[in-house]
Amino acid sequence: MSLVNTEAQPDLLVVQDFSLRFRGAPSDQINRVSFSVGSGKTLCIVGESGCGKSVTSLAMMGLLPAGAAQINSGKMLFEGQAMNLADPKAMRKIRGSRMTMIFQEPMSSLNPVFRIGDQIVEAVKAHSDATDAQARDRAVAMLQRVGIPAPAKRMRDYPHQLSGGMRQRVMIAMALVNDPALLIADEPTTALDVTIQAQILELIRDLQAETGMGTIMITHDLGVVAEIADTVAVMYAGTVVETGPAERIFNDPQHPYTIGLMSSIPQLTGARGRLSTVPGMVPTARNMPAGCRFSTRCPFARPVCTTEPPLVEIGDGHQAACHFAPLEIKLKESA
Amino acid sequence: MSDNILRARGLKKHFTTGGVVMGTAGVIRAVDDVSFDVRRGETFAIVGESGCGKSTLARLLMRLLSPTEGDVIFDGIDVRNLKGRDLTALRRDMQFIFQDPFSSLNPRMSVGKLIGEPLETHFPDMSGAERRAKVSELLDKVGLRPEHAERYPHEFSGGQRQRIGIARALASAPKLMIGDEPVSALDVSVQAQVINLLGDLRDELGLTLVIIAHDLAVIRHMSDRVAVMYLGQIVEQGTVDTVFQHPRHPYTRALLSAIPVAAYGQRLSQTALHGEMPSPANPPSGCRFHTRCPYAQDRCTSQAPTLRPTGNGEDHVAACHFFADIAAAEPDPGRVGTPPRAAGASARFALYQDAMQERANVRSGQDQKQQAEPKPFHQQESST
Repeated sequence: MSLVNTEAQPDLLVVQDFSLRFRGAPSDQINRVSFSVGSGKTLCIVGESGCGKSVTSLAMMGLLPAGAAQINSGKMLFEGQAMNLADPKAMRKIRGSRMTMIFQEPMSSLNPVFRIGDQIVEAVKAHSDATDAQARDRAVAMLQRVGIPAPAKRMRDYPHQLSGGMRQRVMIAMALVNDPALLIADEPTTALDVTIQAQILELIRDLQAETGMGTIMITHDLGVVAEIADTVAVMYAGTVVETGPAERIFNDPQHPYTIGLMSSIPQLTGARGRLSTVPGMVPTARNMPAGCRFSTRCPFARPVCTTEPPLVEIGDGHQAACHFAPLEIKLKESA
Repeated sequence: MSDNILRARGLKKHFTTGGVVMGTAGVIRAVDDVSFDVRRGETFAIVGESGCGKSTLARLLMRLLSPTEGDVIFDGIDVRNLKGRDLTALRRDMQFIFQDPFSSLNPRMSVGKLIGEPLETHFPDMSGAERRAKVSELLDKVGLRPEHAERYPHEFSGGQRQRIGIARALASAPKLMIGDEPVSALDVSVQAQVINLLGDLRDELGLTLVIIAHDLAVIRHMSDRVAVMYLGQIVEQGTVDTVFQHPRHPYTRALLSAIPVAAYGQRLSQTALHGEMPSPANPPSGCRFHTRCPYAQDRCTSQAPTLRPTGNGEDHVAACHFFADIAAAEPDPGRVGTPPRAAGASARFALYQDAMQERANVRSGQDQKQQAEPKPFHQQESST
């Protein structure tokens, strides 16, 4: 993916060639991952367990435990400022203010022994010179904005007194109270029921329209992706295998993994035949295949797949990392 | 009605909470007057959001919990007062598949032991050799290999562990299997494998399945009939096709329209349902859904609706006073009008299916040749 945006507006965040290896692992868990997101836009990073989507987001926030992982390469450009992903200290200044994050399990990311109001006030004061009263006012206003009824009263509640949906609203309030330029949401609705999920997705969308922040949504649910994404990056075993505008990814998927993933989702309409599957399972770091990492499970795999496939441009910013993209044409050529 | 393998009649389960001393005593009506029949050989699904009582209901059916009131009749036998040998027989005929394949298998037992254990319990006359042969057969049936019997649960992925759980449930040759969210902890591609497996086993072994789940798309794919639960009660029940195409209860309608669909241009225009499910310790008066129902009227706050036929085909019932009016005023919210997949996607899916089929044919051909070339394609290449 190119660092230069074709439009006049530069991208809010660009990550390029990010590679990471856990200590003692024989291969890079994250292999040369690149993506970007613009202000007011939503990028969805989608993939199954172990594909590296959460590790990538933690690295962007500088939240990986020190010493556990070695960042081998990776540049990050945030609001026009270059940052070294291998230097998490530099991230501290922007973390929580310009770039914030919400997590999957709101119960374990809120401190159970502090009132939610105090936790939000703390987030405000950590990044500004606001007085206690100002910080409290901002916290109440933010709780109101995320749809918490009687916010001034709720400020005194502890996390366990709230339902899962309400806790996630509190997390969102805490993340947005400093008016960030970028919100990273790691599976924010996975632990919630569908009716509550719909409420939270709508809330994120509204807040985004209002504040113009960019959003990176990390999810395994292609339904959520279709709901909220402007652009999509599909990850498999630590690599971005396909990326592009949401419309292209859903209507013209090119990477065999994306195709397999999409066709294995049970549908709400249409015939109820046998589900298509992706056979086998994700390779571990110890038996990572050389070349294309999906080749062990790919029905189209050929000898050439032992070499690493480049991300090929298919058009309109749609790229796939497959030797056979675009699929129909290349398969015919190789036959 | 001998074709009903399982019948629930007026089932209630109330849990008491808090203490009398502290003055916080309360009653949680987790399951409150639920009745239904499960037909032999079908897949019956129970769907609802967290806290609706679906897992409690599953445990009542298995008699892992005793009902406060009501009866469960399995194969003509009332299970309420079963003891000793009769209860063992019930445990043999009715098996459970758990949601979490990580916590439901004993980490210190090998897979062979795990699957052999129910065989030992239910078929004590079986010799060791017979048992090992049976374990191999069961492993094969769920798509694992006989040599996996020597390994331990931590060596397997989530999907494989769920297969082990299924093999263990199958060991006693049950007539009925109850799955409490059997695929919801799994990744999409693995979930599809397990859904296919359960369908195959049902057809092959003539099992009856009761599936408890929250994912409506999974339910639609696996089941013949479905019951929708809200706050401990069934609010709608019918065949999957009827309920998904012509949902009548406002809750079912909301649930169906709240699911994000994995297709471009299918965004939800607005939130289907506001607020959250009230506590089962203090359910609303009248219709329990009235606090969140966009169509609620005065009558709904005082008078509880009962399940009544909707006139939409055989035994489709809904518990709403006004479903006829709502249906007349608003079109069916089911995804009936969902456009077919985009041409590019359809073409790609077909291509993928064909390639998979081709691979499968090649594989089975190789198996017949005594597995002459067991390595995947690319590894053969890299080694030369």
